[in-house]
Amino acid sequence: MKRYEILNNPSLLLGLFILLALILISVIGPYFVSSPYTQNTSIKFTPPGRDYLLGTDNFGRDVLSRLVVGAKYSLSAGLVSVAIGTFGGLLLGAPAGYYGKYIDNIIMLLCDIMLAFPGIILSMAIVMVLGPGIYTPMLAVGISSIPLFTRLVRAQVLSLRDAPFVEAARSTGAGDLRIIFKHLLPNCMGPIIIQATLRMGSAILMAATLSFLGMGAQPPEPEWGAMLNAARPYLRTSPYLAIFPGLAITITVIGINLVGDGLRDYLDPKLRER
Amino acid sequence: MVAYALRKLIFTCIVLLGAATCSFILLHLIPGDTAEALAGPQASVEDVENLRRSLGLDRPLSEQYFIYLSNLAKGNLGSSYRTKRTVAEEIAARWPATLMLSCTSLLVAVVIGIPIGVYAAIKRGSFLDTISMIAAFIGVSMPSFWLGLILIVVFSIKLGLFPYYGRESLLSYVLPSLTLGLAVAANIARLTRASMLDVLNQDYIRTARGKGLKESRVILVHALRNASIPIVTIIGLQWGFLLGGQVVTETVFSWPGIGRMIVDALLTRDLQIVQGGILVMALTFTVLNLLTDISYAILDPRIRL
Repeated sequence: MKRYEILNNPSLLLGLFILLALILISVIGPYFVSSPYTQNTSIKFTPPGRDYLLGTDNFGRDVLSRLVVGAKYSLSAGLVSVAIGTFGGLLLGAPAGYYGKYIDNIIMLLCDIMLAFPGIILSMAIVMVLGPGIYTPMLAVGISSIPLFTRLVRAQVLSLRDAPFVEAARSTGAGDLRIIFKHLLPNCMGPIIIQATLRMGSAILMAATLSFLGMGAQPPEPEWGAMLNAARPYLRTSPYLAIFPGLAITITVIGINLVGDGLRDYLDPKLRER
Repeated sequence: MVAYALRKLIFTCIVLLGAATCSFILLHLIPGDTAEALAGPQASVEDVENLRRSLGLDRPLSEQYFIYLSNLAKGNLGSSYRTKRTVAEEIAARWPATLMLSCTSLLVAVVIGIPIGVYAAIKRGSFLDTISMIAAFIGVSMPSFWLGLILIVVFSIKLGLFPYYGRESLLSYVLPSLTLGLAVAANIARLTRASMLDVLNQDYIRTARGKGLKESRVILVHALRNASIPIVTIIGLQWGFLLGGQVVTETVFSWPGIGRMIVDALLTRDLQIVQGGILVMALTFTVLNLLTDISYAILDPRIRL
């Protein structure tokens, strides 16, 4: 990817800018805001204004500091779950595509079984098994995305399995593991990276959804989905409580999707959308 | 065609059996004691043991699994630990609400998504094209439950136009259908536009214009029909997505459907209900995918199943 190409793509630039800003906020932001846990009922439900830029919630906690401190949860939800999905996908998809036959059949059947559930239902069940907490939605969303990545890796490996360079490697006496890890996987990383980036946005949405349903992060953690859930009883009196956390999630996902679309345009021009 | 459908059907049965097994294992891995949770904090040890025995929870897991499967084969999904009604009754009571909501949402999505996509493709590069594609981009990046909350604040609390609780009248369909439908509309609009742009560059479109057909006929008959395969695929896939999205939307709007039933039952450990609900969801999901496959053949005579 050449530098001027990046500069010529305003949406990729915007996406990168949003993501960098969010990473910066989540890393150094917490040092600049007050504690997201300090309760002060004398100032509860203060609407957004000069003292509290985004207002305070039902316990008098500063919404801005809660959003800032919560940023790391959403960002890591995207990273962790996609890392799990990609790793599991490589582990299952590579042998399925490379060996074919009954190994392929068994792995694909397992994937089809997992894909028979709507993703959110599978994630909900996994979260219940792992127990509620700030990290379990990330694990659950990651595990439930493994079949998608498995299919993708398998298709990639399958398309390259009989390519001349694999033949050449085999004729030099390379073993299966060496062929898979040294020759096949490096050559099919492009589409996998694109898919992983695009998946990150939906992973963040799904993790927030689980917390919104009360199955992930528990109070008083300032996770954005959990904050939206906590805001539901006050929609009539303090609607701003339900606006900012959702806006934060949306901006994060927009940033990631912009970067994902941009990466796709460069790494795989065939898929480019007009 | 028949052989294909039959093969698909057998495969679907295997997948569903796997799904039933998978949900059975997962739900029994959930930590905590079901009998204890159901009996409540005041129950004595004896009560808990009695309850455990009466629910069959004291038997080994493998035995419970085979009892579950043989009941399933007889069409018996068990009964709720809490309400004592059968799971089939609970599902039958909620199924129409869920199905109606997914139909109205899909209607919203198609009615908004396809015209916008077609229009954006025809007027490619125009101001409206840009605006609608930005809106669609934001639409797919937004959590659906947040959209639901905002719709409630604006249309229900501020303007008082639509109810946001339950399913009393036709008006109560409006907000949940919009919540679910708009995200899907965004996806459909983006894909319709891309697929129309592909088709509009083809030779047969030039031919159709060249022989003097009206532009509306060129677009609607010659272009849209050929662009429709990916669109139908995405509608089929999105229907599955709707089913998942309904779990959340039904919770936001207190909709008396299957999705909310599963969430409530999961949170209260009513595992029989969860299991039945999940199985019905998986069945619907799989059948929708099958129908999507078959609809290709109808749209594109070149595809022979």
